[in-house]
Amino acid sequence: MATTSPTYIAETLRRRTSRGFLSRLAGGDEISYLITLICAVSILLIVGLIVFELWLNSRLTFATFGFGFLKTSAWDPNANKFGALPFIFGTCVTSFLGMLIAVPLGVASAIFLAEMAPPKLSNILTFLIELLAAIPSVIYGLIGIFILVPILKDYVVPPIQHTLGFLPIFAGNFYGLSFFSAGIVLSVMVVPFIISVSREVLMAVPVEQREAALALGATKWETTWDIVLPNASTGIFGSVFLALARALGETMAVTMVVGNAPKISASLFSPGYSIAAVIANEFAEANGQLYISSLIFMALVLFGLTIIINAVARIFIMTTQGKGA
Amino acid sequence: MRSQTLRKLASAVGVLALTAVIVTAAATVQMTGAGATFPRPIYDKWFNMYQSIGNIQFNYQAIGSGGGIKGVTEGTVDFGASDAILTPDQMAAFKAQHDGTNLLTFPTVLGAVVPAYNLPDVKPELNFTGQVLADIYLAKIRKWNDPAIAKLNPGVKLPDQNIFVAHRADGSGTTFCFTDYLSKVSPAWAKGPGRNASINWPECESCMGAKNNDGVAGLLKQNVGALGYVELIYAVKNHLAYGKVMNKSGEYVKADLKTVSAAAAAMKEAAADTQVSITDASGKGVYPISTFTWLLIPEKSKDPQKAQALKGFVKWAVTKGQDEVEALDYARLPSSVAKEVEKRADMIK
Repeated sequence: MATTSPTYIAETLRRRTSRGFLSRLAGGDEISYLITLICAVSILLIVGLIVFELWLNSRLTFATFGFGFLKTSAWDPNANKFGALPFIFGTCVTSFLGMLIAVPLGVASAIFLAEMAPPKLSNILTFLIELLAAIPSVIYGLIGIFILVPILKDYVVPPIQHTLGFLPIFAGNFYGLSFFSAGIVLSVMVVPFIISVSREVLMAVPVEQREAALALGATKWETTWDIVLPNASTGIFGSVFLALARALGETMAVTMVVGNAPKISASLFSPGYSIAAVIANEFAEANGQLYISSLIFMALVLFGLTIIINAVARIFIMTTQGKGA
Repeated sequence: MRSQTLRKLASAVGVLALTAVIVTAAATVQMTGAGATFPRPIYDKWFNMYQSIGNIQFNYQAIGSGGGIKGVTEGTVDFGASDAILTPDQMAAFKAQHDGTNLLTFPTVLGAVVPAYNLPDVKPELNFTGQVLADIYLAKIRKWNDPAIAKLNPGVKLPDQNIFVAHRADGSGTTFCFTDYLSKVSPAWAKGPGRNASINWPECESCMGAKNNDGVAGLLKQNVGALGYVELIYAVKNHLAYGKVMNKSGEYVKADLKTVSAAAAAMKEAAADTQVSITDASGKGVYPISTFTWLLIPEKSKDPQKAQALKGFVKWAVTKGQDEVEALDYARLPSSVAKEVEKRADMIK
């Protein structure tokens, strides 16, 4: 009532200006605003600082090779020749393969856990799946190298080569360490992110939506597929981006199973390399300004690659969804 | 009400300030070092033992030889450690950073790199030459029963199988030693990949890199027909089969603690200038892919107490300390080299 009267406003303003800054901070609203603002800004600052530092320390490479760095495949520390193409290729191929397996697997599991499984079972399974996310990546790498690779070599790859060996992506001998193995390890590593987040968003879809669909005569599956899933799509895509970011940046597990050979090959059974892996492998022993600068430039490339892939995926979703994610 | 909150806030800040802990300087000398992973087990043991002898507390980070060189050059650590010989550029970089002070290098122990393989059906130890090893890594020799390998191993039935060639993917002193040797014995290798901690490995379908010694060992264990180079200690501890390598005198020598020490003793220059490669050493009974590992210590230190402590440690390590190395499968320094190092330690000021 009186809060809108001119005298009240004038009084408030007078009080505000007359009281010290500190006493206003103690008020509560102002302090929470300030603290959250500082936190939010600091994140931006950290990202900005990382990009700036990377750029600062990799200028030498850019000055030497220019954009040719992204298009050439030479990686010869002794001859001071550096090119990022095989590493960019490897990062994209392993991540894409990982997502190709993880997305259907993860979303389907999340649908089961959120919509179909009895709540008790769902909770237990979710807990176990979230445990998967807590396993250190070096453990995934070791499991990959000592358990997964032998299984692939003996039981998985021979039938594939028998039936689909004529395809260039399955051509050549399989020696264990390859894009294929790395993609599979990555898929297992990122699937908990997809399941865990997707399940949460599916469960957050209001019950009324489901009840309305069922009341209109939709089956359980129709309700899930046509009503619940579209409602949760934004969150599910969010989980996929999170998983993709993890896959692109994964270092340890990838380097242990990918074969660490910087080459571009159409075959998934051929060994390859990734950006994160080469940085981790070579940075500690890198000698020479240009060598170090090139490795740092690779980090910048990985940064850019993540942004580009994310942007492309978002645009793709926006256009396919029509109204925008 | 508000002023009360403010007072609470102010008193909280006061308490925080009062609880700030003042760290008193420890009586022992605190020494930080960083570098090679290869000598870590023996360094850890030495540092532990010497703590009570010299009242020094060591903190050693095994981040790799390159990291050790970087650290000591930038002054972030008191000493570095490296398996690789420093390039003139690296020496100059140190001098430029430290007002003309030299970086001194002290060999501490010896190691070797061995060609390990997985051929369960081949019982006798295989013989290799540097030339053949280079050709395998150049992907010129692709099969185990290649005439070049068969010629070195008369009477051995070699399988008609592709060689799965494993190398280190991470930058490593082991790679440096191995490629240093290949560069000396194979002109094609010297002209091509050359010697370094990381190499542009020649491509082939079954040529792969693995992280660390255990990664290479993993490849070896899983792939029949695999060949890889690993540190001697690693091969011994993990019971990997490894071959003999022909030395300059034309003998096939198996790497062990004696033949590795012999390589250092045979290198006459090793006593005078310890920054020397001892791969492909001439002499009887020497193993050709051997190497020193070095401590890197600035000639002049800003902290005289630290300099004295390091001097004492180096002298101890190359005398009494040598009695500890063989238990950990390192080859000890030949006495000629140890004496020289002890003398040179006096250069630390």
